[in-house]
Amino acid sequence: MKNLIFSLLLVLLPLNSYAAGDVDLQSADIDLTDTASLERGAEHYVSYCLGCHAVKYIRYLRLSRDLDIPEKEVLKEVAPVGAGIYDKMQSAMNAHDARKWFGTEPPDLSLIARSRGADWINTYLKSFYTDAKAPTGSNNTVFPEVGMPNMLWQLQGEQTPVYTMVDKRQVLDHLENDGKGTLTEEEFDLFVNDLVNFLVYASEPAQLERQKMGKYVLFFIFMFLIVAYLLKKEYWKDIH
Amino acid sequence: MKSNRAANFGNWILERMPLSNLWNDHMAHYYAPKNFNFWYFFGSLALLVLVNQFLTGILLTMNYKPDAKLAFDSVEYIMREVHWGWLVRYMHSTGASAFFVVVYLHMFRGMMYGSFKHPRELIWIFGMLLFVALMAEAFMGYLLPWGQMSYWGAQVIISLFSAIPVIGEDLSLWVRGDYVVSDATLNRFFAFHVIAIPLALVMLVLLHIMALHEVGSNNPDGVNIKKLKDENHIPLDGIPFHPYYTVKDIVGVAVFLFFFATVIFYMPEMGGYFLEHANFIPADPLKTPEHIAPLWYFTPFYAILRAVPDKFAGVIGMGGAIVVLFLLPWLDRSPIRSIRYRGGLYKKALLLFVISFLALGYLGTQPATPLATTFARLFTVIYFGFFLLMPLYTRWEKSKPLPTRVTHTPTLEERIPVFIATFKEMTVSQPITTKNGTTLLSRRPDLTGIINVTIRLAKKLKDSLD
Amino acid sequence: MINEGVDRHKRRFLTSALTVVGAVGSGYLAVPFLSQMAPSTKAMAASAPVTVDISKMEAGQMLRVEWRGKPVWVLNRTQAVLDTLKTLDSQLSDPFSNESEQPTSSKNPTRSIRPDIFVAVGLCTHLGCSPTFRPEIAPHDLGEKWQGGFFCPCHGSWFDLAGRVYQGVPAPTNLEIPPYRYVTDNQIIIGDDEAEAMEVKA
Repeated sequence: MKNLIFSLLLVLLPLNSYAAGDVDLQSADIDLTDTASLERGAEHYVSYCLGCHAVKYIRYLRLSRDLDIPEKEVLKEVAPVGAGIYDKMQSAMNAHDARKWFGTEPPDLSLIARSRGADWINTYLKSFYTDAKAPTGSNNTVFPEVGMPNMLWQLQGEQTPVYTMVDKRQVLDHLENDGKGTLTEEEFDLFVNDLVNFLVYASEPAQLERQKMGKYVLFFIFMFLIVAYLLKKEYWKDIH
Repeated sequence: MKSNRAANFGNWILERMPLSNLWNDHMAHYYAPKNFNFWYFFGSLALLVLVNQFLTGILLTMNYKPDAKLAFDSVEYIMREVHWGWLVRYMHSTGASAFFVVVYLHMFRGMMYGSFKHPRELIWIFGMLLFVALMAEAFMGYLLPWGQMSYWGAQVIISLFSAIPVIGEDLSLWVRGDYVVSDATLNRFFAFHVIAIPLALVMLVLLHIMALHEVGSNNPDGVNIKKLKDENHIPLDGIPFHPYYTVKDIVGVAVFLFFFATVIFYMPEMGGYFLEHANFIPADPLKTPEHIAPLWYFTPFYAILRAVPDKFAGVIGMGGAIVVLFLLPWLDRSPIRSIRYRGGLYKKALLLFVISFLALGYLGTQPATPLATTFARLFTVIYFGFFLLMPLYTRWEKSKPLPTRVTHTPTLEERIPVFIATFKEMTVSQPITTKNGTTLLSRRPDLTGIINVTIRLAKKLKDSLD
Repeated sequence: MINEGVDRHKRRFLTSALTVVGAVGSGYLAVPFLSQMAPSTKAMAASAPVTVDISKMEAGQMLRVEWRGKPVWVLNRTQAVLDTLKTLDSQLSDPFSNESEQPTSSKNPTRSIRPDIFVAVGLCTHLGCSPTFRPEIAPHDLGEKWQGGFFCPCHGSWFDLAGRVYQGVPAPTNLEIPPYRYVTDNQIIIGDDEAEAMEVKA
């Protein structure tokens, strides 16, 4: 019996460490009630990402309703010129060009927060560094040999890798920023965080509604449970 | 006058339909043992989940498109643009996992109290057929969202058929209707998922309940309540299912719904176990996800498949893991049904079986590293050992004397004073004075108390295994 | 087994209480289940207003556009047609459109904002077939009396080129005129007659 428990522990421990990735992720501060952050995120998204990546399951109308922004303002501030309120957040790039330029089609990002997780995107967007060998001139510590160029380098500044030697092998230690970005480090963190917040919202727009509703449903079921229990107790007085 | 008319209408129906007989036979005059415990909730809960899956499934069908080009988008359309579509979809996806939770617990109950033994072999067989049909239903349903996991999961499982000698390749081709999993596969899985298998499930549920009500329910003591009857031929230890078990099952339903709603509203993905992360990426026939694992309810069998180093033998092992369950009524040679009166051997064997099942389930979700495979092999041996050695160890074991009447075990509410006493033993009270000068009584954990309670618990556990 | 001392009143009360709570719960659950079948956002997007460019329309030409999944006709009527319309009143069942559906801007003899441009929903007010456009006068199959108009092939209803229904045919009222407005002289928006409303490309 003791041996069994011991061996069970043995098998569980190493596997857990396999499950975690090999890069430490920086956690994003997700707050879907912060509509100002979501609106900023949507604006950033349209200016920096929508050129290549659609979020085709979101309509501008939905943004207006969920983020509590008037339809006109959404069309003026967020949506690209010429988009209608019922339009989906489609990218302007066509698939053929994309394959020619990047060798692959930039994926739709509607569900990226559900498949990759908020922290991964947060870290990914901050982890580009200059790499002369890469076709786009940049590489990424979280997603090595990524096909996507670093869209945010002007904001963040250029990052260069610093290596250390571990066991006679070159290992990336950290990235060094040249400080020439148009945003300060805090501003850039906020910028990326807004973007990630927006993507988390876009991955499941109903999630806020869902969580708000949950407590009422649970309360109601609890009331039902109490009455059901009292009835059961009353009837089971018969049974000895 | 009005009620008279209603009564007349009621009689008009009853003269033409055997409704009152049906009600009496299966509810009001169906006598169930009075000592059902917690484990007996899961049968009625499985029925509740089945109804949930039917209702939500019908609604999903109204907006879902079984077409490889449209399927993924239509699911997201349901999640975002259909009114309350997200709720209905989460009820369906959570319901699928909940179905397996209650069915596994229901089956474990049967193994604990010997519900599969004479004269209930047929109930067990129908139940196992239900389990197999449910696995087919879940597997085919999982292809429908057409995400990466849907696609590659189906690809892997259908390829299992190709391991069968001679006809294998043609068989897997025939099941897919194409050389790879494709639109044709999706379309036929949709047909099976929404029509064929649900029909089979309903019929099997009817047969399962008919067979049960013919021989009567087993109970935690495993004694036959029909032996001792009163002057009206009513079993002394039996109580009418309605109202006693209907009101009790409603309490079970309420508790179940509480957990069910918690998952739906707060953790519909259940950390990637109910909805897998990779399934939020549309199916891509050119790119396999780095790590594919089936949904949690298939992982024990998947782990057995991977544990066997030969393709065909692996398939046999996986199938065999389900076939041995069918044989359970004939593998068990003990005259005693309930674990309460069986010898220590069966108790220990069942404990080992549960551990191996859970461990295989965990290993099935993890990448197949050499270490994990070694452990999966060990647990596979234990899994099969439990069944295949059963004819031997059930004959050797020394059972305890069986009571003539069912016994009374304290219910949850009767145990509350004991729980409070244990809590008091494990903590020590320490008055705290707040800044306002009011005194609050606060309890802190007490180490010696906790150790005493743990030792007592461990001793009890050890004793219960003999 | 059944005791004498059973509190029937309490049992009845608790049973009804549980029934009520259960019924309320089922009622709440029915709301999402039933509203699931109502038109979704996608259907609403398809019902968005439609812009039509009429600059290239020749006299007598008709355009068919789709608005909310229905055919909408845009017809450029000649002066001859407009003159004929004035002579038909006695043969029509609702010549002044008192019983028919149209925005107030189109409740006039030509049933349009601008006399020459006629806009109507191309569905018969009888049972919803789409009438055929028959501008010719007295064709062989429709007979001497036909002055040009819309003929419904399903049940034989007659409409003139202002969508007004003739007497003695199954259709009860004139063809429906959708809300529409002119953005410029050459552009109309169908499905939207408020000056403030949002514009969406067709």
